[in-house]
Amino acid sequence: MVYLKKSPWIIHYDASSCNGCDIEILACLTPMYDVERFGIINTGNPKHADIFVVTGTVNEQNKYVIKNIYDQMPDPKVVVAIGICATSGGIFRECYNVAGGIDTTIPVDVYVPGCAALPESIIDGIVKALGILEEKRTAMMSGVPREQPAPAVTGEKPVGVQQ
Amino acid sequence: MISLLWAVVYILLAPVIGGLVAGIDRKVTAHMQGRVGPSIFQPFYDVGKLFEKEGAVVNETQRFYVISYFVFAIFAGALFFAGGNLLLVVFALTLAEVFLVLGAYTANSPYSHIGAERELIQIMAYEPMLLLAAVGMYVATNSFNVSDIAGFPTLLVLLLPGVFLGFVYILTIKLRKSPFDISTSHHAHQEIVKGVMTEFSGPNLGFIEVAHWYEVILMLGFVFLFFAASWILGIIAIIIVYLLELAIDNTNARVKWQLAMKSSWAVALILGAGNIAILYFLGRI
Repeated sequence: MVYLKKSPWIIHYDASSCNGCDIEILACLTPMYDVERFGIINTGNPKHADIFVVTGTVNEQNKYVIKNIYDQMPDPKVVVAIGICATSGGIFRECYNVAGGIDTTIPVDVYVPGCAALPESIIDGIVKALGILEEKRTAMMSGVPREQPAPAVTGEKPVGVQQ
Repeated sequence: MISLLWAVVYILLAPVIGGLVAGIDRKVTAHMQGRVGPSIFQPFYDVGKLFEKEGAVVNETQRFYVISYFVFAIFAGALFFAGGNLLLVVFALTLAEVFLVLGAYTANSPYSHIGAERELIQIMAYEPMLLLAAVGMYVATNSFNVSDIAGFPTLLVLLLPGVFLGFVYILTIKLRKSPFDISTSHHAHQEIVKGVMTEFSGPNLGFIEVAHWYEVILMLGFVFLFFAASWILGIIAIIIVYLLELAIDNTNARVKWQLAMKSSWAVALILGAGNIAILYFLGRI
């Protein structure tokens, strides 16, 4: 039996987001959308989480925080970038303090664009992430090594990550 | 022989019933909040998932404490359902809790430490009333053995109404329900009250969750003991008490630990000790 898809616990990190996407993520938990129907719980603890949901752009200060949270999550894990800022940097891409989207720091599995991303598309993105989570578990069971370190921290391009 | 059979039945069935109780709990809670809520099998999916995750531990000692918590929680429950000594059940349960606290203390994390300290406060808060419940049953039936207490011909709740109310009061703490979920809570995942669970992940967290189900069934067994003279009344009492806990959980905010501590000791002293004193003196006349 595979339970991973039936009980995805997420951790949400706001990397210098304007709070638009964050409010939409929290809207998913309200009685209107009620993602707990699918067993999705918003945990505040990377050690309990399966899905890392990031909003906002990465800057030079918080990329270590993002890397730290990512490293603390037990395998298998997936990263979902919510909102256009998290996927590419959005309108802040050229700012002097912005490093770019989340994929400049950690490998991202699902991109959910939008400004702000709709709750429906966030839920869609999470559901898509569940399939990847399942693939990663199969890979983990067959002994494939963990993913390559993140590029922004090591200065290398990620290997085997969909761009 | 029959008592051993009961212990085996407990060990095999308690996680199933405990998980279902937790699932119904989440469903009813969701409906109370105007949501659809997860399937009633969701706790099984959660635990199954936790066992599929990577076994990341902070240190090796932590795993030992988690397994000890699991084993002693089962031991306490099995002893109870085998009709063993009620005092020993209470002490074994405390030992299990102490292992959980030690497990949280092994990690060098401030959140984990705060959680462990708050868990210790909870243990201090409910322990007097739990012991008084055992003592009250002794005063009423002249035996600490669960088998004798369960075979007592009159309804114990009629002799021990104060002890029963006090027990229901501390049951809120044992079930980790508001307003006394000060060390860890089923709902507040982002807050400091996830405390004692912070440093446990993957299979370790799964073991803790299953051990909690064992404890819940043991506590509901305790409630049953007050109504043991009549099976049907006992089961009705368990259902009513649990639904009452759910209603309290959903209508109350969390209190500070000072109030949790003071009020449970006051309840233990007035309702618990008062009831036992009256029963004792009535018995002497």
